[in-house]
Amino acid sequence: MVPAVVFLTFILMLSIFLGFELINKVPATLHTPLMSGANAISGITVVGAVSLAGTGHGDAAQWFGFFAVVLASINVVGGYLVTDRMLAMFKKKEG
Amino acid sequence: MDIVIQFAYVVSAALFILGLKQLGSPATARRGNMISSFGMLLAIVAALLDQGIVDYQWIVIGIIIGGGIGATVARMVEMTSMPEMVALFNGFGGMASLLVGMAAIAPDAATFTLITIVLSILIGGVTFTGSLVAYGKLSERISSAPVLFAKQQVVNGLIVAGIVVSGLLFATNPDTGFWLLLVVVLSLAFGVMVVIPIGGADMPVVISLLNSYSGLAACAAGFAVDNNILIVAGSLVGASGIILTQIMCKAMNRSLSNVLFSGFGSGVVETT
Repeated sequence: MVPAVVFLTFILMLSIFLGFELINKVPATLHTPLMSGANAISGITVVGAVSLAGTGHGDAAQWFGFFAVVLASINVVGGYLVTDRMLAMFKKKEG
Repeated sequence: MDIVIQFAYVVSAALFILGLKQLGSPATARRGNMISSFGMLLAIVAALLDQGIVDYQWIVIGIIIGGGIGATVARMVEMTSMPEMVALFNGFGGMASLLVGMAAIAPDAATFTLITIVLSILIGGVTFTGSLVAYGKLSERISSAPVLFAKQQVVNGLIVAGIVVSGLLFATNPDTGFWLLLVVVLSLAFGVMVVIPIGGADMPVVISLLNSYSGLAACAAGFAVDNNILIVAGSLVGASGIILTQIMCKAMNRSLSNVLFSGFGSGVVETT
């Protein structure tokens, strides 16, 4: 079994190269929507939260999970919708 | 079933990457955001298939409350207020990672898991309060001027030292709740401290940096709860966020350290 820290280093290394390739040539007008769109993805923590909120133990961990689901859902839904609104505005200006 | 979930996560990661790529070009940006949101939906549906879930009640209630608040706020916010809204959403994401880290604490947790729990609490906490301060400064609920006081860097240094020491003590002694509480409190305090010395005009760069942090917080939380999609998507956001921050700084003709420490040093405070 490869230690998790090796796995982490691999993923981080690949992500940094990938992130650089993805973001490198973005025009300045798209900086804010891109930041907002990436922010929505960081709400991925909701995926970790749902399994904690659903354990049925009724203990502190489940409550932490529940509040994490609420907050991360705000991040995800709000993030994607705000990004979409920004981009809709962008398109109108272009046309 | 578990293998289905894991492969669904692989597909969502691919959709996130594709979405980010298309977000980078004006012609495809809106579709890119759509693709990325579909990746998120897929990841959430896959997570709901987890065999460990025995009670869906609180999950559904949480998603309805959070999704409802997010949708309402996103629809009502003025166009000009969007950057601060992004800051606020980002802060909630950070707080969620902090809570996931807390929930992952188990009596039999390995030291590596405990360290990733400390990291998700630290980065999530800094993201949360840092984003709240950025939100306050941008919306002018608090003064957007840099806040500076004597011995500020000494105080910051003490906070960092406190976080490191209490984090290590917690990781070696997980039964003592006190050290955990200290990590939480100091991390929240540190988030405030890193953003108050920065002026309102630099807030977009700061939000981009905090966005990168919330990705790293999700990545750390992913290690704490042993979830691959959190690790992959979190590090993707962490990496692309820091690169976007660099590019935004360059567009403003400044360096990142220039922005982060603009309030410190000469004693001359910019009034931008």
